[in-house]
Order: sequence, then C-alpha cells, then structure tokens
Amino acid sequence: MASLWEYANPVRFMRTSGALLPWVTAAAAASLGIGLVWGFLTPEDYKQGSTVKIMFLHVPAAMMAINIWVMMLVASLIWLIRRHHVSALAAKAAAPVGAVMTLIALATGAIWGQPMWGTWWEWDPRMTSFLILFLFYLGYMALWSAVENPDSAADLTGVLCLVGSVFALLSRYAVNFWNQGLHQGATISVAPGDRISSTYSYPLYLCMLGFFLLFVALLLLRTRTEIRIRRLAALRARELRA
Amino acid sequence: MLSLLLRDLRLAVRAGGGFGLGLAFFLITCTLVPFGVGPQGDILARIAPGILWVGALLACLLSLDRIFALDWEDGSLDLLATAPLPLEGTVAIKALAHWITTGLPLTLAAPLFGILLHLPPAAMPWLVASLALGTPALSVLGAFGAALTVGLRRGGLLLSLLVLPLYVPTLIFGAEAVRRGAEGLGASTPLVLLAGITAATLALVPFAAAAALRVNLR
Repeated sequence: MASLWEYANPVRFMRTSGALLPWVTAAAAASLGIGLVWGFLTPEDYKQGSTVKIMFLHVPAAMMAINIWVMMLVASLIWLIRRHHVSALAAKAAAPVGAVMTLIALATGAIWGQPMWGTWWEWDPRMTSFLILFLFYLGYMALWSAVENPDSAADLTGVLCLVGSVFALLSRYAVNFWNQGLHQGATISVAPGDRISSTYSYPLYLCMLGFFLLFVALLLLRTRTEIRIRRLAALRARELRA
Repeated sequence: MLSLLLRDLRLAVRAGGGFGLGLAFFLITCTLVPFGVGPQGDILARIAPGILWVGALLACLLSLDRIFALDWEDGSLDLLATAPLPLEGTVAIKALAHWITTGLPLTLAAPLFGILLHLPPAAMPWLVASLALGTPALSVLGAFGAALTVGLRRGGLLLSLLVLPLYVPTLIFGAEAVRRGAEGLGASTPLVLLAGITAATLALVPFAAAAALRVNLR
C-alpha cells in the first residue's frame, strides 16, 4: 500500500496525477453536467420561484471556498514541518481556485438576494465573513507573486496561511457579534439543508460532488503546471551555470 | 532589550518625523469626514466611534513599514538577528516601540478628536480604554505584516493588503465598545473580548513574525 508521503516525490506525483487527471476531469464534468441540468429541471419553489436554482451553484461554491482554505492550511503545515515542495506548490495552486469559488458564492448570492431580499448586498455575518475570506485569498496570492525566491515565498505564505486561518475564524465569530449587537439578529440569512426537500437535495449533493471533483481536477492540473515551471527554472539555472 | 527600545524610540522621534506623522494623519482623517458626510452633529455623533477607530487603524498602518525597513536597509537587522536576544524578543520590543510612537499618542489624543466629531461625553472613557487595549494588537499584527514584506521592493501596498484583514476582529470589538458606551449600554463585553484578542496576539504573533523574519534574512 502506497503511503501518501510517496507523493512528496515530484516524479511520483507527476506520474500518478497524470494518470488520474483525465478520470477526475471526466467524473467532474459528468457529475456537474448531470447535477446542474437536474437542478435546472427541478420544479420552482412556491416562495422563491425559479431563483431557488441558483442554490446549485451557490451552496457548492461556498462549501468549496471554505474547504479549499482548510486544504491550503494543511498543505502549508506539511510544507513547514516536512519541507515537501509538492505540498507548498499544491497550496499555491489551490489559492486562485478558492478565490474564484468565494467570488462565485458572493456573486450568486447577490444575484439571488436582489429579487429575494430586495438588496444586492447586506452586511449580514455570513456574507461579511465571506468577503473577509476573499480578502485573505487576495493577500495570500499577492504575497506569493511578490516574493521572488520560491522557497522563501512558500515559507512566508505558509506562515501567513497559519495566522490568517486563526484570524479568518476569529472574524467569522466577531462578525456575528458585531451585527447582532448593532442590528437585529441575522434573520435574513436562510441556511438551507435542514428542511430542504429531497427534490432539491439530490441534485444539490451531485453538484457538491461535481464542484469537489472540479476542484481536485484543477488542483492536480495547476500543481502539475507549477512543478513544470519549477523544473523549467531549474533547467534554465543549470544552463546559465554551464 | 531596554537599549533596543530606547534606540528605536530615539530614531522614531529624531529621524524622519514618524512620531507626529500618525497623529497628523489621524487629525486630517477626522477633519475630512465632516466634509464628506456634512456638518450635522447627530450624524457625526452616530458614526464617530467607527470613524475614530478606522482613523486610528489607518494612522497605525501608515508607519508599519518603518518597523523593520530601515534596519533592513542598513543591515542592523542582521546584527539584531545574531544578537543574544531571541528574535521573538526583538520583534516584541520593536512592536512596543511602534506602539509607544503611534498607538499611545493616538489613544491620548483621541478624546480631542472625539470632540471634533461630536462623540457623546459618556463614550470618552470607553474610547480611551478601547484604544489603549486595542492598539497594541494593531502594532504587533503590523510587525508581523512588516516582517513578511521586509525584503520586498514594493512592499508598502502589499503590507496593507496583508495586515488589514487581520485587523478586522480588533476593529469590530473596539468600535463596538465605543458605540455601546455612546449609547449608554454596558460596554464591558466587547472590551473584554478586545483585551482577549490583544493578549493572545501579544503572546503568539511575535513567534510568527520572528519566523517570517528568519526566512527573509536567510
């Protein structure tokens, strides 16, 4: 049985990920395609009308936005503790995907909120903390692109990811406090899931699976690109020295 | 440690005017806001806690890159790193020097600016208390951001992008304490939470900042 740590070896990672990538991509396309079409064909909700279908994009994207940050945290920890380059590159590769997921969640939320709540944006705890999460993604990516030495960049962004995780979590609950202290409680935030009808939940689960597979596919692809960029830089450095 | 603190303070006061700059910036912010929102006292009084806190936060941000940049340029940061004092201690002292030169004057001057913005007198003690408790956290987090970006050419803008999201919890609890004070409600809950955040940042963030500095000094 191969241990996970074997994929710290870039060659092994490239071999396995190259073999996996087409399958993961196909599975992501299939589950997203079926899930989204199924979601689109669900009957209209008696209160929300057709806007309920935004949920099939909004909920999986929001879920992935948070989970991708957690994945980056784990990958950064692995890099900081065990110094596996693939792990640092995976964290780097995941960040833009996570930022886009956050943006999708915010944008679809606004599009849903306009007809339903009568406002594009409300300083509701959930929405505010997502905006803050987006800022953390931006800072993380900006630091990666600003530092030239790749190992220093990996170290610095790793530390930032650790500190940022604590503060993102802190902000999540601080924001709760802020809004309930200032206005009425978070009454306009509706959490689907508990009382959701099975008409909607099955396509929703399929979309969640699809978004997850899409992330894995993008992650593998982007990590492979990063490894190749690193190899190119090493080749060029060797050529200069020769 | 004391000599390092005194050295940083002396540098801040004598060279480059970083000492008064934050205060002047704070004053300008508080002057500009009434131009933007109009001179009506009741509106100003309502937004004053937020304006004062955001102004203090931005004034603090202004001088962050000075924490390590000058020492980085002339090489004394390398000497400090090899000194017997642990790098974590150096970071903490430098953050303390930054707080004494920016956070403390801001805290002391804040009631004056509060009068400018029609902040109710009942909120004044809460304003001073919340700033006194909150600004040390701003300095330490800023030192962390400055440590991350110390070697970079265009670090200033990046520094604010990295540090400002970290300021969110401090800002929320600080401004909330003043707002509750202004409305005559009990403000001790946000104040205690603010103190908790500050205590935790003071204890833990110097380690992260020192780790970042070590990477940048490699």
